[in-house]
Amino acid sequence: MSASINPQMADNQGHAHADLHHHKESFISKYVFSQDHKMISKQFLITAMVMAVVAMIMSIIFRLQIAFPGQGFAFTHFFLGDKWAPNGVVSSSMFMGMVTIHGTIMLFFVLTGGLSGTFSNLLIPFQIGARDMASGFINMLSYWFFLVASIIMLSSLFVETGPANGGWTVYPPLSVLPEAIPGSGTGMSLWLASMVLFIAGSLMGSLNYIVTILNLRTKGMKMTRMPLTVWALLLTAIVGVLAFPVLVSAVLLLIMDRTLGTSFYLSEIFIAGEALDNMGGSPILYEHLFWFLGHPEVYIVILPAFGLSSEIISTMSRKPIFGYRAMIGSLMAISFLSFLVWAHHMFVTGMNPFLGSIFAFTTTLIAVPSSIKVFNYITTLWRGNIVFSPAMLFSIGMVSTFIAGGLTGIIVANAALDIQVHDTYFVVAHFHMVMGVSAIFAMMAGVYHWFPKMYGRMMNNRLGYVHFWITLVAAYGVFLPMHYGGLSGPRRYYEYTEFPMFQGHFMDLNVIMTVCAAIGGAAQLIFLYNFFRSIWYGQKAPQNPWHSNTLEWTAPVEPIHGNWPGPLPVVYRWPYDYSKPGKAEDYVPQTVPLEDGEEES
Amino acid sequence: MTLLILAVLVLGFMVVLRLSRVADLSRELRGLREENIPERENRMSGRLMWAFGVIYLVLFTWMPLHYHDVFLPVSGSKHGVWIDQMFTVNWIILGIVFFGTNIALFYFAGKYYHREGTRAFWYPHNNKLEMVWTVVPTITLVAGIIYGIIVWNKITAAPEPGTMQVEVYAKQFDWTFRYPGKDGKLGATDFRLITADNPLGIITRTTLSGRLAGLRQEVAKATSDRDAQLDMLPKNILKERNEEIAHLNRMIERLMGLQKLMEEDIAQNGDNSSYLHGADDKVTKEFHLPVNTDVELVFRSQDVIHSAYLPHMRAQMNTVPGMATRMNLTPTITTDSMRLITDNPEFDYILMCNKICGVSHYNMQAPLTVEAGGAYKVWNMLLPVFEKPGATAMATEQQGGNPAEGKATDNATGSNEEAQAASGNE
Repeated sequence: MSASINPQMADNQGHAHADLHHHKESFISKYVFSQDHKMISKQFLITAMVMAVVAMIMSIIFRLQIAFPGQGFAFTHFFLGDKWAPNGVVSSSMFMGMVTIHGTIMLFFVLTGGLSGTFSNLLIPFQIGARDMASGFINMLSYWFFLVASIIMLSSLFVETGPANGGWTVYPPLSVLPEAIPGSGTGMSLWLASMVLFIAGSLMGSLNYIVTILNLRTKGMKMTRMPLTVWALLLTAIVGVLAFPVLVSAVLLLIMDRTLGTSFYLSEIFIAGEALDNMGGSPILYEHLFWFLGHPEVYIVILPAFGLSSEIISTMSRKPIFGYRAMIGSLMAISFLSFLVWAHHMFVTGMNPFLGSIFAFTTTLIAVPSSIKVFNYITTLWRGNIVFSPAMLFSIGMVSTFIAGGLTGIIVANAALDIQVHDTYFVVAHFHMVMGVSAIFAMMAGVYHWFPKMYGRMMNNRLGYVHFWITLVAAYGVFLPMHYGGLSGPRRYYEYTEFPMFQGHFMDLNVIMTVCAAIGGAAQLIFLYNFFRSIWYGQKAPQNPWHSNTLEWTAPVEPIHGNWPGPLPVVYRWPYDYSKPGKAEDYVPQTVPLEDGEEES
Repeated sequence: MTLLILAVLVLGFMVVLRLSRVADLSRELRGLREENIPERENRMSGRLMWAFGVIYLVLFTWMPLHYHDVFLPVSGSKHGVWIDQMFTVNWIILGIVFFGTNIALFYFAGKYYHREGTRAFWYPHNNKLEMVWTVVPTITLVAGIIYGIIVWNKITAAPEPGTMQVEVYAKQFDWTFRYPGKDGKLGATDFRLITADNPLGIITRTTLSGRLAGLRQEVAKATSDRDAQLDMLPKNILKERNEEIAHLNRMIERLMGLQKLMEEDIAQNGDNSSYLHGADDKVTKEFHLPVNTDVELVFRSQDVIHSAYLPHMRAQMNTVPGMATRMNLTPTITTDSMRLITDNPEFDYILMCNKICGVSHYNMQAPLTVEAGGAYKVWNMLLPVFEKPGATAMATEQQGGNPAEGKATDNATGSNEEAQAASGNE
């Protein structure tokens, strides 16, 4: 089946191409309404980069306010103006807006849309040996929904009452009642609209990824010969398809409570001097629905990160990934368990304590497959022959931050310990480490590693080294002190000046974090410069720059429709035959047939 | 100052770029290519891995030693001590794993950098090894979480009957507290009864009939206002007015239902009816607890979700509108003793909001005073009672006026229907 698939572009335009060679296209069909997976992947990446810059500026604005409460900054004033930052001091309302939108953008638009969207699109067809996605048209739609959702989310920053500012989890009743917080007016409506579109796009993408992987693998590409990237992206898509619809239902009920006067989440509320009519609903219902997506969502973020770093660590260590099957098994176990842990976000909501003990147990179990992955990464490095490309540096950085964040996960999974640290900066530090920084690092690694595949040119390594080391130090500089200060420090506080217990060293730590955040933010300029400069002026890439085994490097450097000019490659072996004894080279591409008497690894 | 920082950043950035350009040119001259990373660069990266690993672990250890005063002092509650002990056990185990994995990671990364002419060791899997690092973490984690669940169950267990109850009531952006009166029980509440005089909506015959009378007045006023302007009001404003009147009428209807329920409950249960417990409750903005006494805190919220966080007690519970939540608390150290322990005469236990609840979320706090039983009793005795005993009798008399009031409502509803019909005809 796979070999007979024509590029969708040709199909939809009604003229069948017998040959699969590059053909002339208009600017619009090539760069804007493209149905080519390679172009869509770049569109996802660039959009996510724009969103990431916005979210990072926000983080620096609110970190400045936390560390230097009430002090004016030209930086803050430049972005927020007189309305939201008189004298350069961000207002309390906008501070909450920044916190909320930073979380929303980073989690959904950068680390879900950006990470999974970019690399699923780029790598799935390439690494399984397919001409394109199963449906190029739906793939294109998935990007356009994502783009429109991004634009709506950004536009919510400009409305009169400000963006949604009740936290990225938008718990009702706060998110339903504009009387409770100004951001729950138009800003929240736009937030909800944006999320619905985002989810629709994400579902289209995910279904496409699943179908493509299951149906369009080239000859010889057994499931057990797929690179771990593809495995991770497949499981990510499955988790997404199962979890995101629940968020849609939660959001729809929220919209009804906001506009139609229903009471799904509202009961016995007295606000602005008036008792509301709503009776019988419960905000806890929303929390359950939200976290039923919300927790799998963090695995939607981290699974592709695992996939990318597994592939890069193996390739650049010139060594097979240790325990390939255990790696697949742990990905599956994580995906499965991710649906059984959501209520650990709700230990102190007043949920039945019995449920608390069940969810504490399942949550702790998920640390087992996670720790297997870490041990396997470390063993892969052991006695390797490590080529420190920037991608490899970021992958090792990812393992390091995942260890740091994963271990504190065992603390917050414990219901009794969570009583103290719930909703404190300790949790903020935990999840930024384990899925924020880790996933960003993997995304960076992916960009450096597959840049030659995307643009046919190489990025500059030295700038990559500088970028990595500054980013690593800055990331730890922000989040390591946050653990210490956060053990009792409540989050989403505009300022701590009213609390004697949060003065002194607590504020010193906050100053360290803010300075590191600013340095880390500035370091990303090096990356942006390197990225855009290399697109046009980078050194021309050879076909297989990293001496990698996977199929994408058998395709020509100049991207063409259908990926391979001739017939599709045929696969004879797994993708991790690095430094196999008895071979001349230290890598054996998947397309090389087994020699006589050679055992498949 | 800001400008200076900016200038430094920009200059530093430009220096990096220039240097990279110079390096690029010299590499091109030497025929080096990006994909062939020279051994020199790999060695440098490897050494940096070692350096980073060492500095990271040293700072990780140094920071809590240097900044230890950001940590909480000894727990002020019985449950908090259990939590602290469990933290210690967890920190030790996690610390071992943390140092072990990080040392291995950075050591291997630095040691095995790429050397020309060498090959990596072919080591695709080892089932025994993988079994070890599946089984050992599983056993450790399961043991850890069983310990955790045992403590969790102890902390969240249902209180002994007769445990003293204190209500903590949250609203944007402050806390109110309610202590039971002589009967030792907190009375029933309803959010529709909230007024300036009854901030927690406590149900008594007086508050209920008073609120009903107030609502009827409101309806009467709203209706006559509307009727007076009936011909002048634009359609949408008229609709708003009608909705407002309908809303008030619904409230009256529901409160009358509540009144009926209350009378039935009182008839059935006599003095045990929770509707009779509210009159002697004590409502205050101050939060005091007696030391070494089991307390059950009961939480309610008026508007949005808040979270009652008592970090020094290692205690936290959300307050959820429409639902009561609860927590066991046994303070073991008085505020005065804690001031000695922390060597800080200003020390106060703090109750703060820990769930984003609005723009002033960051300053929704109340101090908690833990004091010896005697001092607490004196403080509690001096609190005013919600309703003086005489007031109840008056309320019962007012019940007699009920039919007349009911009639007034009928009138109001009647004219409301007429008005709706009128607006429909337009």
